[in-house]
Amino acid sequence: MIDLDDTDRDLLRALSRDATTSAGALGRRFGLSQPAAWRRIKRLEAAGIIAGRRVAVDRAALGFGVTVFLGIKLATKGRVSLEDFERAVTAIPEVQVVQHVLGLFDYRLRVVARDIADFERVLRRRIMTLPGVGQVEANVLLTEEALPGPLG
Amino acid sequence: MLIDDADRRILRHLLADSDLANADLAARAGVTPATCWRRVERMRAAGIIAVPVAVINWRALGYEVEVSLRFNLDKTEPRAFDEFLAAARDVPEVIAIETFLGRVDVRLNVIARDMAQYQQIYRTRILTLPHIADIEALMLIATIKDESALPL
Repeated sequence: MIDLDDTDRDLLRALSRDATTSAGALGRRFGLSQPAAWRRIKRLEAAGIIAGRRVAVDRAALGFGVTVFLGIKLATKGRVSLEDFERAVTAIPEVQVVQHVLGLFDYRLRVVARDIADFERVLRRRIMTLPGVGQVEANVLLTEEALPGPLG
Repeated sequence: MLIDDADRRILRHLLADSDLANADLAARAGVTPATCWRRVERMRAAGIIAVPVAVINWRALGYEVEVSLRFNLDKTEPRAFDEFLAAARDVPEVIAIETFLGRVDVRLNVIARDMAQYQQIYRTRILTLPHIADIEALMLIATIKDESALPL
């Protein structure tokens, strides 16, 4: 793990808002030369702190009006059934996120669908038929926002 | 704005790997680099794709704990949502906020360096948020899948 100074944190905050900002522009904003800004960004990438880039899309404009988070409890447990479940659930195209969690549920899924009828199809044909699936709780996403996090 | 098959192919590859340079994206989507560039810019101007943002790997920064906190709010208070969300935005360790229709009203993603720090954040910053009726916690063990891909 590397130590960050205030300038690194400024760079991270700026790049987590817009990853296309050039090293020159970032340098001017934070009082660095272009090569110095570039070196710092490369260092953050090499240390795995910048894990990549992500593009957000207007899902509704593309016809995906519904996002649902599912909490899933497995009915049967054991190493084999976890692996079977994970392999099957990650293969579902409508499932964007699969997280193994500890608590009320065993897994958290983020599912996209065109509308509620489409979601019902995914739920019945794909989710409820997963190996070992037990109790399922659904919450329809209304709003989401990402925050900069503890960057000083 | 209408999306055609070429746009859809570009989006599919862009969402699968947002680090792709324009030339590689064009090759994968089967269009010329100039067409690819123009179409990405057109979709960006129409608000269908947002600017790419850097993904921060909090674990690489020493944040080993991630907890999904699910809240029910006191709905007898008309300002409960607004006041809760405004206060939650002020907690630096909250990296995402989602609101739902369902059994859960709001979800916060909270990160901490270790369990001791999590405990401290939970007691001093989370339990003190306004209008909480109930809280459930899911501790993240592993992220099995995390993609922004849509089944376009």
